[in-house]
Amino acid sequence: MTAPVKEPKTKAARPGESILRRLTRHQLFIPLAALALLVLFNLVADPSFFVITMKENSLGNPVLSGNLISVLDNASELVILAIGMTLVTASSGGQDISVGAAMAIAGSVILRLVCGGQVSADVMQTPLVLAVLVGILVSMIFGAFNGALVAYFKIQPMVATLILFTAGRSIAAWINNNQLPIINDLGFKYAGTFLPGIPIPTPIFITAAVILLFWLALKFTNLGLYTQSVGINANSSRLNGLDPQLIKLMTYVILGVCVALAGFIRVSRSGSINYSRIAENIEMDAILAVALGGNALGGGKFNIYGSILGAYVIQFLTTTLYKYEVPSTALPAYKAVVVILLVVLSAPVVQEKLSGIRKAPGKTVKGVS
Amino acid sequence: MKKVFCLLLTLCMILSLAACGGNGGSGGGKKSDGPITVGIINNDPNESGYRTANDKAMRDTFTEANGYKATFYNNNDAAQQIATAQQMIQDEVDYLLLSPASTTGWDTVLQDAKTAGTQVILFDRMLEADESMYAAAVVSDMPAEGKTAVDWLASQGLSEYNIIHIQGHMGSDAQLGRTGALNEKVEAESTWNYVAQQTADWDEATARTIVQSVIDSGKPFNVIYAENNGMARGAVAALDGAGITHGKGGDVIVMGFDSDKWAFEAVLEGSWNYMGLCNPLQAPTVDGIIKDLQAGKAPAQKIIYTPEQGFDCDTLTQADVDTYGT
Repeated sequence: MTAPVKEPKTKAARPGESILRRLTRHQLFIPLAALALLVLFNLVADPSFFVITMKENSLGNPVLSGNLISVLDNASELVILAIGMTLVTASSGGQDISVGAAMAIAGSVILRLVCGGQVSADVMQTPLVLAVLVGILVSMIFGAFNGALVAYFKIQPMVATLILFTAGRSIAAWINNNQLPIINDLGFKYAGTFLPGIPIPTPIFITAAVILLFWLALKFTNLGLYTQSVGINANSSRLNGLDPQLIKLMTYVILGVCVALAGFIRVSRSGSINYSRIAENIEMDAILAVALGGNALGGGKFNIYGSILGAYVIQFLTTTLYKYEVPSTALPAYKAVVVILLVVLSAPVVQEKLSGIRKAPGKTVKGVS
Repeated sequence: MKKVFCLLLTLCMILSLAACGGNGGSGGGKKSDGPITVGIINNDPNESGYRTANDKAMRDTFTEANGYKATFYNNNDAAQQIATAQQMIQDEVDYLLLSPASTTGWDTVLQDAKTAGTQVILFDRMLEADESMYAAAVVSDMPAEGKTAVDWLASQGLSEYNIIHIQGHMGSDAQLGRTGALNEKVEAESTWNYVAQQTADWDEATARTIVQSVIDSGKPFNVIYAENNGMARGAVAALDGAGITHGKGGDVIVMGFDSDKWAFEAVLEGSWNYMGLCNPLQAPTVDGIIKDLQAGKAPAQKIIYTPEQGFDCDTLTQADVDTYGT
């Protein structure tokens, strides 16, 4: 329903109300407006927020530093998760709440391999690429477990993933014999910090690559179409020759890949892991990003760019709050305000009221033309 | 389908009730020749390297081979700890070993334990209660740890102290003690200022974000006082990323707490300046106290503080690292 709105945008640009209506109706309106609001707030409160300077890090490499870089850098994990979460939401009409715990598992597997089972290692014991691939594989298996529960056993996604949400961190600890391994090899930290000679944090590149990959996949494969049709009506898509269960399962496996990448970035930032704290509550942020992106949490049509934007907005908000020294324990309260606003705005009652207001001038415009 | 499910549920409930009854009947003979039953309530072993070492020592000490039948419970949530403690008292354990996640809220548990005749021994962390409410406490003197650290920092003779203070889990004994000493000093001295004071909840990644945010804002600072090693490590990652020198001869003094071996090594190589040792190994002392109590001997002191000290990059030796590192 929203797709055709895009095209006539330029055609019917004359009547003032119409532009406003189209703008506010566009799916990306909410995240863009939120982002604009945050930017405006920071511009007014303290423009130095946007200053980016060139510094030299402790290894002597030139690096860019500033709040904007921090936002882009720190949002990486969330953006990657939000992409996978959008697909899962679209296909199964529910969310995976185990992504944080699954990140702990993926991170634990990768660290176990590069440390070779020791508590601390100065040199990587396993080639990094192999370790990450195994991490991705393990994560895909856990994703498939979640997906199978949802697709074949028809369990509510939130309930199905509650299992891994509860057990995941213990599994992660068990993988490393309850030890907290540490890798001191600089090569391991490239992915989470900077590549030598490149002033932009590596996670930004990884995120860009993931976004590009999904853009290609959505453009050149039927991934988007199939996911969407299964989410809108599983039965009719089955009658049209799709296998809704397999497609649901697949989206959870794809989320598994996203989780492993996010977990890899997170552990390579510091070269260590803390099972009970790593990526704590990130599932809530990921779901919030999907909602902020204007995606229906009940499944169906989706827009991953909305979710990506939503994730950056959340990180922008977090960084802004840190800048103004809001206690980190109070951050969830501010996010809660955003959630409440979103939920209220998307409630059917409010939507009806809003569209009622919008429709009134819209009809007269139609009549004139 | 629903009916079958209901029937099953009912059956389960009846069975579990029956099991309870059976337990109550046989649990009469306390302090018999059998193993000493202990309920051990601790924090999450994955919370930090300190806790991992602490939990492992408890599990290695209170074994069947050592004459104990131990039940372990790990959680960082005080409310969950309290609920489990009450359950353990109902199960009539002989001893309740407790490392409380928060210092308050334990009155009913202690009272219940007293009524039931369960001896409570605190380990690692204190709680707010009258001494008569527990049999013994083998704990770290957190306020002293904080004071030692702040005294050391004062002895560095900086002309101005601009401090980033990264706090642990708010309300925990370790946080209160380590924060208290620093707060006092900052209030008393005009040259001591907080650039930022934030809790990172013992989390490395959050600590990194906090320090990064201060760096991004361009405010000058020369001290990082992190209330555990993990958070200090996160802070150092942010410093390294921005090319700010730290440690011996660096622009920023880095301070951490606990007993991790890798942190000792960071101090030894001069990357950090100071680490306040917090000894995680109370298990043998607690074991000794229980054995004494079983023999009818009350501990000489109610509160036993584990020996602790601060190490800095100028005086730390490899021998210390090997002795105290966990």
